[in-house]
Amino acid sequence: MSSLILATAHIKGPHIDWAGLSPIAVLGVGALVVLLVGLAGQSEIRTRVVPALALLVLAGAIGTEIWRFTHAQTIIAGALRIDDLALIVDLVCAVSAVAAVLLSWRDDAPRAAGHGEFHALLLFSVMGMAVLISAQDIITLFLGLELLSIPLYILCAAEYRREGSLESGLKYLIIGSVGSATLLYGLAMIYGATGQTGFNQIAQVLAGSGPNGNLLGDPMLLSGIALVVVGFAFKASVAPFHQWTPDVYEGAPTAITAFMATATKAAALAVFLRFFDVAVISEQTKWAPALAALATATILIGNVGALGQTSLKRLLGYSGVAQAGYMLSGVIVGTRLGISATILYVIAYLLMNIAAFAVIQHQQYASGDDRVSGLAGLGKRSPVLGWSITLAMLALAGVPGTIGFIGKFQLIHALVDGGYGWLAIVLVVGAMISLGYYLRVVAAVWMSPEGAHASIGASAVAPGACAGAGAIAPIAGGSQEADKLPYPEVAFVAALFAAATVFFGVIPGPLFHLASHAGAALTSLF
Amino acid sequence: MLASHPFAASSAPFTLSILIWLPLALALIVNALPTKYVGRGAALASLLPVAVAITFVANFNSHNPGLQFVTDKVWISALGIHYKLGINGLNVALVLLTTVLFTVSLAWSAVREVDRPHTYYFWFGLAESAVLGAFLAQDLILFVAFFDLMLIPFYFLVGSWGSGDRVRATIKMVIYTMVGSFLMLAAAIATGVIASGDHGTGINFSFSALQHLPLSRTDEDWIFLAFALAFLVKMPIAPFHGWLADAYKAMPIPAVAVFSGVVAKVASYGFLQIVLPLFPHAAHHYQVLMLIIALVSILWATAMAFTTDDARLVIAYSSVAQMGFILLGIFSLTPQGGQGALLQMINHGVVTAASFFVVAAAAARAGGSEKLADMGGIAFKAPVLATLFLIVTFANLAMPGSSNFIGEFMILLGTFDSHIVIALIASVAVVGAAFYALRLFIRAMHNRVGGRVRSFEVTRNEAIAIVPLCLIILALAFYPQFGLGKSQASLDVAVLPAAALGGHVDMSQYATLAAAAEGRSIHPPISEVSYGAKQKPRRVYTDRKTATHRKAVHS
Repeated sequence: MSSLILATAHIKGPHIDWAGLSPIAVLGVGALVVLLVGLAGQSEIRTRVVPALALLVLAGAIGTEIWRFTHAQTIIAGALRIDDLALIVDLVCAVSAVAAVLLSWRDDAPRAAGHGEFHALLLFSVMGMAVLISAQDIITLFLGLELLSIPLYILCAAEYRREGSLESGLKYLIIGSVGSATLLYGLAMIYGATGQTGFNQIAQVLAGSGPNGNLLGDPMLLSGIALVVVGFAFKASVAPFHQWTPDVYEGAPTAITAFMATATKAAALAVFLRFFDVAVISEQTKWAPALAALATATILIGNVGALGQTSLKRLLGYSGVAQAGYMLSGVIVGTRLGISATILYVIAYLLMNIAAFAVIQHQQYASGDDRVSGLAGLGKRSPVLGWSITLAMLALAGVPGTIGFIGKFQLIHALVDGGYGWLAIVLVVGAMISLGYYLRVVAAVWMSPEGAHASIGASAVAPGACAGAGAIAPIAGGSQEADKLPYPEVAFVAALFAAATVFFGVIPGPLFHLASHAGAALTSLF
Repeated sequence: MLASHPFAASSAPFTLSILIWLPLALALIVNALPTKYVGRGAALASLLPVAVAITFVANFNSHNPGLQFVTDKVWISALGIHYKLGINGLNVALVLLTTVLFTVSLAWSAVREVDRPHTYYFWFGLAESAVLGAFLAQDLILFVAFFDLMLIPFYFLVGSWGSGDRVRATIKMVIYTMVGSFLMLAAAIATGVIASGDHGTGINFSFSALQHLPLSRTDEDWIFLAFALAFLVKMPIAPFHGWLADAYKAMPIPAVAVFSGVVAKVASYGFLQIVLPLFPHAAHHYQVLMLIIALVSILWATAMAFTTDDARLVIAYSSVAQMGFILLGIFSLTPQGGQGALLQMINHGVVTAASFFVVAAAAARAGGSEKLADMGGIAFKAPVLATLFLIVTFANLAMPGSSNFIGEFMILLGTFDSHIVIALIASVAVVGAAFYALRLFIRAMHNRVGGRVRSFEVTRNEAIAIVPLCLIILALAFYPQFGLGKSQASLDVAVLPAAALGGHVDMSQYATLAAAAEGRSIHPPISEVSYGAKQKPRRVYTDRKTATHRKAVHS
């Protein structure tokens, strides 16, 4: 560690391009402001102004991200690379955070944790993601990863009076730390082998143009890469390092689950892209088969695991594992097409999952649990929510007319093009298995008898209410009127994101344009 | 010179996009009506797509084997996916059949009480749009998209309005079908990517372009198998029919009529439009395998139809047997066999839909039970219904004089030419059809009067669907050339590349036809000639002499 510090210590006050740094800086400053405003005494300010301020900060971040688009530059002495790939994934994380703020608007979690702290931690986590995505140096990479993870450990346990939430936070903390440690060890080995911390410098050393000559196949380097794969796999919940995912997703507050499922995964995949397709691209023949094996395992384990789930959050947790496998396959081929396919799928994944989690949040408000059977009759009670989750599920399954179809299409295209036709077949087989559980959810929404809901709702509220002082049950009270869209912001998020899955499924042109920008960002590829 | 060309382009007052999206648009408009009138509104509105389809059929030029009424726009430019629609001899009659069957089914629904009618008619509208889209799509990815989309409305129709164990049945149906169609998606993408990679062209998925970019034999083989699996599951053909019995039992009657009538035909149509022209070597290579699968399917389904005690399943299994015949005709890889298969698709579409409605009418007289044991003696008080049932039955068993007879005859003729043993065994099954069709008729209509049977004459509610279909059956019997004449030119072009490999046809005949079809797609009408001339000719196997000759003609 000390050698690492020494290696960077000689950089005396690097020039900072504030314009380039703005997407990250806005988040950092905003988070501090939110934290301070959260100290205000009046509850009105805490419950209304703080979330609004958080939204404002995120809007600022989104604005600067759009502003910096197509202005690719390397800033802070090569530590960060703000290019289109980074900005698009930043955008995905920021939009996910916006959704998380809206979904937690009247949730219990911010109240229990303190509004200022809750939202500031969320913003810090987004900032960590932005750093991680832009990282072009293994030190920045690790800093970004920790900045993203530590707030999330706390946020998972935000409802600290609820046993599930605490369990979730603790589990995530322990597993996440193991992952971070593994990653750090791997990074150290790569540094040891190459003597460089910058991605481009590492790439140069590996390509044989560095001072140490050709390092390809060096055991220390390969062990380092293997450990880095494991570290990233923990974050992106790639099997067999996924076991924490369903538990943590189930226990964490739903808004945070939605945020973790989409933003963390997007950031982890972006760093996969940048690390493997830039720094160690020369070793592709070594790591690509290993990652392909992981992707295969992930797709199959995730999809099969989801089949038996009764909790919607656990189901989406396993489905997220499988989807991570799909997205990973775009990294493996190591072409621009592969990158743009992964980015396209990351965007698709955001839209589909947020729509689904919004409906789950609504169901939790209304009935206090997230069981699949609890959705019975939702289509009749609230067509907006029924359609939202239907479209989200169909999109996740890859039905044409939705963004899920386009995303899978582009991934298969990239795989066939890159010579991984067999992995395309695995992906397709995974999609077939996934129908088994996605359709079960849709069936519950539209095809279950109406009466089933009332009894399930009533029985489920009781344990929810006992679980803690701040349980949500009092809002809904199991009454039927409560189902009539009393949570407009949740319904809005659900409808907006579901509509987007269809809109971009029919008119995918703009997204392809964005994704091809991301693909072109990594100039080392063709 | 082109203007007086026998293959001149045909024009119609509408574009094909209007035909495709009209049903969905009408369904959305009808949704604004009050609950009481939704059904009638939907049924009446569905006459509009029929009218539009008729204008296309009327303007169709039967001599032109190429695409007509083409709409070609870029859908996703990054991937070379086109929104390309067109009619040729293969789909012209099927498009009309689709609109007619949907109208009849909607009429049947409109005169009955439907729970949540707004959603119900919306799904029907989407289904009609998707089926029409699948028939008209001329781009591989667009076809796969419509093929999958088609399933979604039926998932909801079975799951929400079905009977019995409907949720299980619908999920089973969707998973079975999607297993095939996801593989088909991968295969379709591979076709485009590999073809463009092998030949160094830009990526393109349109049928006409892919025809000139042949794949290598090994690629063709696995891609063929993926497509075949998707289509065999959808048709369905034994042993890929696992979803059939449950789904057909659970489906509401109007849905099962269109599903068996036209949705299943998309699959057999796909063999003719996509598989044979694009993968002729693989089609020839796997010909015997496919013929044996067809034969097994025919024999097995005939046996099942003869033994099952459920009237609806008799029709369901009889349609498996009929689809087996269609597959047999397609993979005889002869023009006659293909003609017969296409004719049989139309015949069977009408007959199977009519059969399901008749069975529903019989069940209404047997206390709602569809068991053969509960039926019997219905004819005594319902002579008109019995007559209609008899017409349907005779058509189903391919009575000489019916259009089905001509279809089956041509299929067997084609098969005799290529594989005589298989044709001989298949002819036995023709007799089997007489057994199960007549058994159904006699057990339901004659015999001892069933315990719960309260027979009455055919009502207006039932006649509204059964009578038009019976009229179509009679019309087809008198005038089977309707389908044959329009399809012949296109069909020869589709079948001959594969047929030529088996050595059953005279290639000189093919060369003329293919050139005619090419003439349309490669050399656009005069107004676009300058644009067309600039393009690099995509043909791979054109010899230079004809190419220069044609260029001279155009300039």
